Amino acid sequence: MSIAVVQFGGSNCDLDIIHVLKDVLGVDAELVWYKEENLDRFDGIVIPGGFSYGDYLRAGAIAARTPIMNSVKKQADAGKPVIGICNGFQVLTESGLLAGALTTNNYPKFRCECTYLRVETTDTPFTSMFRKGEILSIPIAHMEGNYYADEPTLAALERNDQVVFRYVDKSGNATDEANPNGSRENIAGIVSQRKNVLGMMPHPERASEEVLGSSDGLKVFRSMVEYISNK
Amino acid sequence: MQYQAEVIIELKAGMLDPEGTTVKRALEHLGYEADSVRTAKKYTIVLKAADIHSARENVEEMCQKLIANPIIHNYSVSLREIE
Repeated sequence: MSIAVVQFGGSNCDLDIIHVLKDVLGVDAELVWYKEENLDRFDGIVIPGGFSYGDYLRAGAIAARTPIMNSVKKQADAGKPVIGICNGFQVLTESGLLAGALTTNNYPKFRCECTYLRVETTDTPFTSMFRKGEILSIPIAHMEGNYYADEPTLAALERNDQVVFRYVDKSGNATDEANPNGSRENIAGIVSQRKNVLGMMPHPERASEEVLGSSDGLKVFRSMVEYISNK
Repeated sequence: MQYQAEVIIELKAGMLDPEGTTVKRALEHLGYEADSVRTAKKYTIVLKAADIHSARENVEEMCQKLIANPIIHNYSVSLREIE
C-alpha cells in the first residue's frame, strides 16, 4: 500500500502527514510534486494544509487547476480515498470534487486553536473507526474556513449523509459559540456523494499523537488505511 | 488588436463580507456613517484579440474557469481597445 501526499508550492503540513503515515502508522507514503500527472501507483491521496500559491486569487483556486489535480480527479473517480485537509479542503471545493466553497471567517481573523468536532457519520472510508456522535478534539488553523453552500446543496448534503464533522462545544452541541468561522450548519468536514473524497478544515495530523495533546485525529488516517487494506 | 479588460469580482449579494464589515466599523470609529461597505477585487488584463467580441469571450472564459468562483461570486467585465 502506498499513499501520495501532494505537495504544492506553499504546502506546509505535507511532512507532518508523511510523519503520521510513516512513523505513527507504519504505512508507505510519498511526497508528490504538483506537476505529476500519473497517480495510478497510489492507493490513496492526501492533499495537505498550507498556503498553496500564497492563497492568491482565492485559497486553493490556483492549486485546483494544476496538472496533478486532473490525476487526483481520475483516482477519485476510480473510487480511491482522497482526503483534503484545510488548504486541501479548499483545493477540493475549488476543483469541484466537493460541493460548496470556503470563504473568509465571519470574524476576519486567522484562527489557530483547538476545536471540538462531532462525528456525524461513520459511513465513510475516513470515519469507520469512530462512533457516531463521538466528540473529538482537533485543532484548526485558518483564515478562510467558513464553509458556504446554498440551501439546496446543504439539503442534499444532509439527505445523502455527506456531512462528516460539525463544530460543537465540549458537550457536543452545535452552537454558534462553538463555530469558529461562521460555517453554514457548523460544518467542519464533508464527503463527496460517493463518500470517497473527504474535505475537512481541522487538522487531524496535528492531533495524531498523545504528545500533541490529542490523538483523536489519528483514527481518520487509520480508518483510511484500513479501508484501503480491505479493498 | 490589443485590449484592456477590467474584471471586478464581488461576493454575491447576501453573502457575508467580513472585510467590508470591518472597514464599516473602522469608518464609524472615525465618525463617518455608512449604511454598508462591500469589498471587491479588480483585475486588469491586457490581451491581444482579433476584435472586441473575441476579447470579451476570452476574458469571460478566464472568469468562469479561474478568476471567479460561481458559487460565491458575481463578476463584471469591461473592455476597451488600447494602443
